[in-house]
Formats: sequence, structure tokens, C-alpha cells
Amino acid sequence: MTITIVDTLPAEIVRGRRGGGPAPTRTTVAYGFWIFILSDIVMFSALFAAYAVLSGNTAGGPTPRELFNLHNVFIETACLLFSSYTCGLGMLSAERRERARFLVFAAFTFALGAIFLTIEMSEFAGMVRAGGGPSRSAFLSSFFTLVGMHGAHVTVGLLWLVYTVAQLLVKGLRPVVLRRLACFSLFWHALDIVWIGVLTLVYLMGAR
Amino acid sequence: MDGYERVFDDRSPGVEQQESTANFLTYTVGLGLAIAATIGSFIVSQTDLLWPPGVPVGLIVLAFAQIGVHLVFFLHLGSGPDHTNNILALAFGVLIVFLVITGSCWIIANLHDNMMPMPMR
Repeated sequence: MTITIVDTLPAEIVRGRRGGGPAPTRTTVAYGFWIFILSDIVMFSALFAAYAVLSGNTAGGPTPRELFNLHNVFIETACLLFSSYTCGLGMLSAERRERARFLVFAAFTFALGAIFLTIEMSEFAGMVRAGGGPSRSAFLSSFFTLVGMHGAHVTVGLLWLVYTVAQLLVKGLRPVVLRRLACFSLFWHALDIVWIGVLTLVYLMGAR
Repeated sequence: MDGYERVFDDRSPGVEQQESTANFLTYTVGLGLAIAATIGSFIVSQTDLLWPPGVPVGLIVLAFAQIGVHLVFFLHLGSGPDHTNNILALAFGVLIVFLVITGSCWIIANLHDNMMPMPMR
């Protein structure tokens, strides 16, 4: 009986927009995950503050101007942005139960994220080789902490993407898998937002 | 049969399958605006298009614009009733981020100004 009642009620009442009652699971899950993302961003804000305070203290070592290569940074930014885009389109395909298309978009998301990480790693390696390792100056310590933390998040995101796609292949496009996918997509978009901060504060302001 | 599945798919009352308000166009418009903001900030930082002392301000404005674009077009933060809590949480997050960053910069700048001059090695 309950089934028929729930099913025949106008969606607006069931969803609690006017008549009260529980919000859809998707909304509550996304809200909980949103709180996590915001706390993560608060954590990043401490690293941003540390960088802003310490970026001038080069202790006679290499300066931001000498170390940063904006050409690479531009490619990194493009990778992350397009990866966010393909992630969003993948999410759309998954919601529309288009499995093959989702897998293609997920592959693009992964590949672009991996290219970003590769460029970042080679950039870090180059800086260390040029005598600009994390222990050289306060500027470099805070640089590696901030940018490295973002890179670590991207790495975790890539592993998470593989894990979610594996779940989707095994369990199919079930609502629970779709919700996990939605959380991943929130995480991935949030990383892109953090990158805007890194790009502006660290690279564009530093390389002037 | 569809209604039956709709309820038992996801054991929580009132769940709709097609919840999403996003579509291909939203993401594409968002991507276009984000590309424009990114290229804009590279141009501002690398040329003298803006009055040089104003460049950091220009970059910050462009960064905030792009963050706004991402929030609306990629994270689908809207003004609908489903988003009230998300917006409130975001507002609190922005407050904390603002306090941490500007507070640190302010305090350290003050300390720096009051430091005794140290001999340079």
C-alpha cells in the first residue's frame, strides 16, 4: 500500500518542498559531502595563508620568477578544466543510464588528471634539480606543501575514480553507485576550484 | 513496473530518478566562461594591459569570477529550495577561509613591521 501512496502523491509534497517530509537521499548525501569539501577547503586556506605570508622569504635561493614556467602551468590548468568538464558530462551520461558514453568520459577525466599530475611531477623534479627543493627556503617549503597537497588530492581523486568505475562495472548503474559518483564529481570540481586559487596566488602573482 | 522500481531502487522516501537540473549546455557554457576567465588572468598577469599596481586586484577579481562560474555551472549551486543548506554551509566556509587568510596576512605583516632590523648576511 505504501508504495502506491508514495507513488501517487505529487512529487512536490513527497520531496518536502511544501509539505515537509524527508529530502531525497541524493540531496542529503550531496549536502554531507559538501560539508566535507568545505572543511577540506578550510584546510587549504591555512596552506594558502602560509604561502601568502612566506612567499617573499626566498633566503637567497631561487625566486618564484626564476622557477615557474607559465607555459607548463597553462597546460596544467587546461587539463584540470577539461577534466572537470568531462567529469560533469560523464555524470550526466551516468544519470541517463548511458554506460558506454560514461566510460568514455571517465577515461578522458582520468587521462587529463594523469597528464596534469605528470606535468606537475616533472615540474617538481626540475625545481629540485635546479636547487629549489622544499628545504631551500621558507618560500619553497610553503610552495611544495600547498601545491603538493593539491597534487596529493588529485592523486587520491584518480584512485577514487578507478574505484568508482570498477563499482559501476560490477554493480551496474544503481542509485547508490550514482550517488558515490556524484560525490566524486563534487570532489573533482572542488579540486578545480582550489587550483584557481593556486594558479592565481602562486603562479600568476609569483611569476610577475 | 517503473513506479515499483522507483521506490525500491533507493530505499528512501520520495526519491526521484531524474533529479538533475544539469544538462550538456550548462557544462559547455560553464567551460566557455571558465576558459575566458583563465585566459583573461594569464593576459592580465603577462602584459601591461592593466595599470601594473592594480594587477593583483585584477587577478583576484578574475579568480573570484571563475570560482563563481564553477560553483554555478559545474557544482550547480542555485537558489532553489534544495540548495538553501548548501549555500549556508558555503557562506560559513567562505567566512572561515576569509578569516584565516586575511587574518594571517594582517598579523604577520604587523609583526614584520615591528621586527628589529636584522643584519643581512
